[in-house]
Amino acid sequence: MSARQARGYLVAFPMPDSRNFADVSVNLVYLARLREAFGRAGEALTLPAGDASVAAVLAALRARGGAYATELAAGRAVRVAVNHALVGADSVVRGGDEVALLPPVTGG
Amino acid sequence: MTVRVQTADFDAGREIAALRDGDARVGAVAAFIGTVRDVNDAAHVSTLTLEHYPGMTEKALETIVAEARARFDIVDALVIHRVGTLAPTDQIVLVAVTSGHRGEAFDACRYLMDFLKTRAPFWKKETTPEGARWVDARTSDDEAAARWEPPAALR
Repeated sequence: MSARQARGYLVAFPMPDSRNFADVSVNLVYLARLREAFGRAGEALTLPAGDASVAAVLAALRARGGAYATELAAGRAVRVAVNHALVGADSVVRGGDEVALLPPVTGG
Repeated sequence: MTVRVQTADFDAGREIAALRDGDARVGAVAAFIGTVRDVNDAAHVSTLTLEHYPGMTEKALETIVAEARARFDIVDALVIHRVGTLAPTDQIVLVAVTSGHRGEAFDACRYLMDFLKTRAPFWKKETTPEGARWVDARTSDDEAAARWEPPAALR
């Protein structure tokens, strides 16, 4: 792509500059087996603006390696609730959201 | 409808009496009580600790009860689920349903338990002579819930 084309693209479709947006901070809650595996009940996590989704939360945690990578590996049965409602990985998270990671339930 | 998550034990007789108190529409009461076994997956169980997610668990139970009310012709329903550390023979959960006739009460009671087992955020941790372990979810519980056509809110 030439410099001219690139300029034209930027004018026609201005790309958001992440520095102009506040990062998104969510409150993570780890339940049952996950709390024990991670050694904590929860924490605050800040995501870069423009990539604030459940998938991004999981990716950020997996990138730490160790128990996070093991427990949250693809295929592990972990469900995610945002503000007490179950959601899918493509769900958006917003600043201040409570994002909980739930192992398979075994009540009753 | 009533949903309670509590550490204290419950008196099923008293709870059922309160549920149908003075309500002459009620011709049937079905109830289920789950208790702690001393053996699970071939291991001796010394204690069972139940954990929940305060806020979400109550909301999930209320949703399941609301779906049961919409689906079955029942008068009222009650769910009590204990949390904390329990011992074999202790009571864990009570589900009670009142209705005009037995069929709806039986069905609604079973429906409530099937979805409570698979949708309500509770987790069991067993202490055995070999150590403590989190109980694994059972495929048979998913199959029990799958026999019911899922309501929209639970899909």
